[in-house]
Amino acid sequence: MGEFLHRHKGLTPYLLLAPGMLWLTIFFLVPMGFLGYQSLESGLFPHFHFSWEFSNFSSALSGYHTQLIRSFVYAGIATVACLVLAYPLVYWIAFRAGPWRNLFLLIIVAPFFVTYLVRTLAWLNILADEGPVVRILRDIHVLAPDGRLLATTFAVIAGITYNFFPFMALPLYVSLEQIDARLLEAAKDLYSSPTQAFLRVTLPLSAPGIVAGTLLTFIPAAGDFINAALLGTPNQAMIGNVIQAKFLESLDYPTAASLSFILMGTILIALLVYARVVGPEKLTG
Amino acid sequence: MNERMTRDQLLRRGAVGVTFLSVPGLLAACGGGGGSKSAGSSKVNKVLEFANWPYYMDTPATLKAAGIHKPTTPKEFEKQTGIKVNYYEEVNSNPEYFAKVQGRLSKGEGIGRDIIVSTDNDRFLGDYISNKWAQKLDKSLIPNIKNLIPAQQHPPFDPHRDYSLPWASGMDGIGWNDKVTDPVTSVKQLFEDPKLKGRVGVWNSMGDTLGLVMLENGDDPAKVTNASFNRAIARVQKAVNSGQIRKFYGNDYAAVLAKGDLAATMAWSGDIANLADPHVHWLVPTQGGIIWTDNMIIPLGGSVPTASTYMNFMYEPMISAQWAVGANYISSVKNVKQDAVKLDPKAASNNLTFPTDKTLSQMHQNDPAMLRNPDYNKKWLAVQGQ
Repeated sequence: MGEFLHRHKGLTPYLLLAPGMLWLTIFFLVPMGFLGYQSLESGLFPHFHFSWEFSNFSSALSGYHTQLIRSFVYAGIATVACLVLAYPLVYWIAFRAGPWRNLFLLIIVAPFFVTYLVRTLAWLNILADEGPVVRILRDIHVLAPDGRLLATTFAVIAGITYNFFPFMALPLYVSLEQIDARLLEAAKDLYSSPTQAFLRVTLPLSAPGIVAGTLLTFIPAAGDFINAALLGTPNQAMIGNVIQAKFLESLDYPTAASLSFILMGTILIALLVYARVVGPEKLTG
Repeated sequence: MNERMTRDQLLRRGAVGVTFLSVPGLLAACGGGGGSKSAGSSKVNKVLEFANWPYYMDTPATLKAAGIHKPTTPKEFEKQTGIKVNYYEEVNSNPEYFAKVQGRLSKGEGIGRDIIVSTDNDRFLGDYISNKWAQKLDKSLIPNIKNLIPAQQHPPFDPHRDYSLPWASGMDGIGWNDKVTDPVTSVKQLFEDPKLKGRVGVWNSMGDTLGLVMLENGDDPAKVTNASFNRAIARVQKAVNSGQIRKFYGNDYAAVLAKGDLAATMAWSGDIANLADPHVHWLVPTQGGIIWTDNMIIPLGGSVPTASTYMNFMYEPMISAQWAVGANYISSVKNVKQDAVKLDPKAASNNLTFPTDKTLSQMHQNDPAMLRNPDYNKKWLAVQGQ
């Protein structure tokens, strides 16, 4: 083998790429092609036939644009919330926690050893209408006497924020941790205030982390359906809920498939716009 | 010559590499493994795999509450036949369960269950049978079929009872939690009382929910017109838009009601009794309720002899009587009341198991044509945001 590779050096990259490409072909390209095929079918379950039914896309869009827009609004708010919550926390861990850094990182990640579904189900109990949190909030008049947290927009966005927090925190930590402390000292030596040093040194250097974190949070959050399903009402339904129900309850595969493509396309466009704004080199770190 | 490549070259060669892969081979690889084929064996198995709805079986607790000191019916079945019942409370709603199993059944493959239960006021029971996804019962093993009440002998979806037998009948009504609300007695109150805002549940099954709404509207759920259907949908839509309705539930409403997140919800008759929570109550809405029947069928791949043996056991009058008292649902076995009273003298006054004539006079049935109408089904999904 070694001899063979030595003689055919040109083959090495193919061999290295083969496993990943094979994986992507089987589990990404082929299903994607199938989904595209399905999105252009017409008919009623179980008798669908392929008919270049492009109207699936327009009818899906006109029927479910509310949920689509809502998904991006919720995902956007949750991403900003994650960033605002995560940045000071990981900043502190990276620069101030000293030998305890790994412990604190572990604490951030620890809840995520439990499955997604169970974590979200736990919120059902924590935020329950007759539970302790709501009762205390009612007592101190933060909530109206008949107010509630569950089955509200707040609960859904909070759930998404919570569930995607580590996807923001970890890339941010990596970029903050890599910052050379001497640069900050240099800034200080050059008479910058702490605020100036932060704005002109720390923040720009952590930008790749912010970009990576926002993408890792926003993209899956836009397609999420668990939080809206468990913590919301039909008025909080996101596009993921529609796709899930179309696939698994109403068995309307063509609409589900076209909605999946619409979601993917919209995310892709959002990504391109984002890349334009922040500069493409930040996307790849 | 320098053999190092740029990233660009690497990607380009990789892309070429992909095209060498044989597409048909890949598609075959994606088809999934073999799995059991539909041919059910002709001998009785040692285990019965039974998929049913929650709150649908006599349990030690419900039997104790009724003063019956006997093993539960599944245990008794095992004692008599040596067949163990693996009981799965996995049917949360008809559409969800149908969606879950249809992939395998449509390929002629089994789903690892010998009996599944599906309701006659949804389109799916008829679909299982007309798609030939249900196997014929072995009536030679079910002599007790003679005990089936006449009213259930010739249903439209299975005129000769070749594929199905009733598991239980039940009623659609309203459940409420007295820790959170005063009694909720009508769909109007459920949908419009501002004190219940965001704490009201309805079903995700069209027949049940719209049936109750049509009764509230003064329309006949047994004879649905476009106008009465649209009136009912509009009423649900209004309650969704106003934030009154928290969620469209399957059978999973019961625990949420007991917890108090739901103040009141559309609920099935026996579930509330089986919850055994003193704060949770059930009633027939002032404008009337809907009655339906759940049916056992043997899906492809299920063992017909094993399933038929169990069905025969459940049509034993004393067994059915014990089950009815323990599960608080309505049996389809003749004269079951006489036997139930022998087990528990109070049973005669259990309005859930043996509804009085007055209760039965308040019950209506769904229009089968409504359940099958694809346009109606579409509108029903749309009102749920789907």
